[in-house]
Amino acid sequence: MAPEGMRFVDEYRDREKAQALAANIATLVEPGRRYGLMEICGGHTHTIYKHGIEDYLPEEVQLVHGPGCPVCVIPMGRVDDAIWIAEQEGVIMTSFGDLLRVPGARGSFLDAKARGADIQMVYSPLDSLRIARNHPDRRVVFMAIGFETTTPSTAMTVLRAAAEGLENFSVFCNHVTIIPALEAILASPDLHIDGFIGPGHVSTVIGCEPYRFIAEKHGRPFVVAGFEPLDILQAIQMLLLQLREGRSEVENQYTRVVPWDGNQKALQAIDEVMEPRPTFEWRGLGWIPDSAMRIREKYARFDAERIFDVPATRVADPPACQCGEVLRGTIKPWECKVFGTACTPETPIGTCMVSSEGACAAYYNFGRFTRLRVRQAGSA
Amino acid sequence: MTQRTEQEVLERIERIRRRRPRITDERITLSHGSGGKATHTLIDALFLEAFRNPFLEPLEDQAVFSVGAERLAFTTDTYVVSPLFFPGGDIGDLAVNGTVNDLAVSGARPLYLSAGFVLEEGFPIADLRRIVASMAKAAEDAGVQIVTGDTKVVQRGKADGCFVNTAGIGVLERPVRLSAAAARPGDAVIVSGPVGDHGITIMLARGELGIESDLRSDTAPLTVLIGLLLDAAPQTRFVRDATRGGVATICNELALASGVAVVLDEQSIPVRPEVRGASEILGIDPLYVACEGRFVAVVAGDEAEAAVAALRTHPQGAEAAVIGRIADDPPGLVLVTTGFGGMRIIDMLVGDPLPRIC
Amino acid sequence: MCLGIPGEVLTLDVERPGMATVNVGGARRQVNVMLIEEDGVAPGDWVLIHVGFALAKIDEEEARLTLSYLEEMGQAYRDELQALSESRID
Repeated sequence: MAPEGMRFVDEYRDREKAQALAANIATLVEPGRRYGLMEICGGHTHTIYKHGIEDYLPEEVQLVHGPGCPVCVIPMGRVDDAIWIAEQEGVIMTSFGDLLRVPGARGSFLDAKARGADIQMVYSPLDSLRIARNHPDRRVVFMAIGFETTTPSTAMTVLRAAAEGLENFSVFCNHVTIIPALEAILASPDLHIDGFIGPGHVSTVIGCEPYRFIAEKHGRPFVVAGFEPLDILQAIQMLLLQLREGRSEVENQYTRVVPWDGNQKALQAIDEVMEPRPTFEWRGLGWIPDSAMRIREKYARFDAERIFDVPATRVADPPACQCGEVLRGTIKPWECKVFGTACTPETPIGTCMVSSEGACAAYYNFGRFTRLRVRQAGSA
Repeated sequence: MTQRTEQEVLERIERIRRRRPRITDERITLSHGSGGKATHTLIDALFLEAFRNPFLEPLEDQAVFSVGAERLAFTTDTYVVSPLFFPGGDIGDLAVNGTVNDLAVSGARPLYLSAGFVLEEGFPIADLRRIVASMAKAAEDAGVQIVTGDTKVVQRGKADGCFVNTAGIGVLERPVRLSAAAARPGDAVIVSGPVGDHGITIMLARGELGIESDLRSDTAPLTVLIGLLLDAAPQTRFVRDATRGGVATICNELALASGVAVVLDEQSIPVRPEVRGASEILGIDPLYVACEGRFVAVVAGDEAEAAVAALRTHPQGAEAAVIGRIADDPPGLVLVTTGFGGMRIIDMLVGDPLPRIC
Repeated sequence: MCLGIPGEVLTLDVERPGMATVNVGGARRQVNVMLIEEDGVAPGDWVLIHVGFALAKIDEEEARLTLSYLEEMGQAYRDELQALSESRID
């Protein structure tokens, strides 16, 4: 009801405009042709299900949910390593709320907390810094996850810690980069994707240029999109228009937030503090070269991987779990062998079911009935 | 492996959802106290299994039974809120109002309360004095008396300052039989005021999130408001205060117990801008956030208008609204139609609502 | 990935350079604005907030352009519906 409303949010949730866009989208679709459009970002997946966007799309347009959920792609071994750090003498582990329920081979942060580890939830890495200041006798570790949207915040926090001379703060760095993951997806032989809805908030940092190879080398249109439902519908319309006109370009729907060149200051902060890792494991996608960041030697005193003798646990993904195929868009969440039976939001096997923006959890929580209803309407 | 169709998968999920819950955890985690699925599993699979009897079985917020000619309501609740003092209240008035409300939602007039304290060694007497004073004031406001009590002190570190337990007895003077199993298609769902004020106030008062607002807890006794409701809508089926797990959890309990669909209209659910703003920052849904002075009621469709009009005559009910309706299909599910024109499922919460960044 | 919320800058913190108080529907939080300082941040500006940092300044002119495009499309759609319903009456 919120009479005052939220600016830059509510305007993009208007039903009438959505109907107009849907009508336009319908004119762009060739009957019988299948359009596989991947939304890369888990935030988009969340919006699509939360607002029921699929209700507005013709059957020919199939949304494929991509790998852009940092919680979903973190391998179990890294979760186990983080729990190992949290259980060391004198450590306070700090983490975003998203990660608390993500299972490693030895349970989740919440389970470790129940066993006695001091694990605290933070909203910002700056909050971890405050905890470190307030507890000089403890070693405070920030569990850093996220794509390029979140990486600058971690980098700025390390710079701040260095400026303050804080000695009891460190980062367990799990930041990943989107472009290598997209390259890995584009290289897979069973790819059925005709265009991409680009990640809006990652692009505020890296800009739109880095996606050019997708349009030019792989011939797939790419539209950077905002996170409100009208943003996503408009991006879909822009993609379909490109496909209809035989174009494949990088376009920016989210011009109110995303500058074409990104945020140079944020990129500089990342580059100052971090460097690419030679390779990093992604849940479901395996090892991808240059796909993650680690702390540079210069800031080694803030690097939890150097401070602690981290066991570097490697855990194979559970064999029953098909998160990888879901993340590559090869199968729909419900086509996974364990979806909704052994793997549910209460007892997640794969990470796609843990995070509320994971493709499986989003489908399970929000999408089930929409599908049921569409199907019933179709059979009636 | 044979190819499963989407329909088979969805039907299987619904069957599994209805199955008796089993405890798979080895230890208690905070999720077991969040009021969501883990709490329900613990209650169904452990407590109900051991204590099973006809009074407990409906799992309402209170038991209703007859003693002689009187129908009595009986309930208990334990309060462990942190911080103990927060904008709009403290653990003391919370402990009185919460138990008063658990009685009032059965249609009873709350009469007598007990008060049990678990105090941590070193807890300031001045704080205890403050808590007790606000309990006395809340009891007076709610028209109940605290007639018995207990005090225990535990070693430093074995409790978080002060925990309070209250139990309460009330008498049912109206011939109502309110129940989560009584909703039927065509009924209307009402909420008595803006949702989420208390939960967001507490979350912000902990100071960990660095967010400030002018929000205050909505903690208040609901006896008078529920009286107005029952006078205006004598066929009221069900009333429950929207505490842990929020409006979403109550609607799920209702849908399962009555075997109906609850269809909410997102745009008609009152949410204060500050609650919405904080929820957007934290990435949580106000429908899952606790209130301590709001109820959800199910009334006959043709009495809904009168019910809302009556509630709005009282300051506490000024923003009361019809927020949805009961339908027959699909049974056991809560759906919400969005302002955008789509529809989604509102499931029971898995754990505490956790702030998210993505 | 990456929840980002629009908020309005209320004040710049004089004691802690690089920090500002932003308002989201009445909920206020201190955020770090050092990543967008070069764009000149001032009270009344709208910024995109992510994990306690302002990541971008919201371009109000671009926001207006996007909305007016959607508005035009909505208008064209209404006109078409109108024309359709009138043609049926004939």
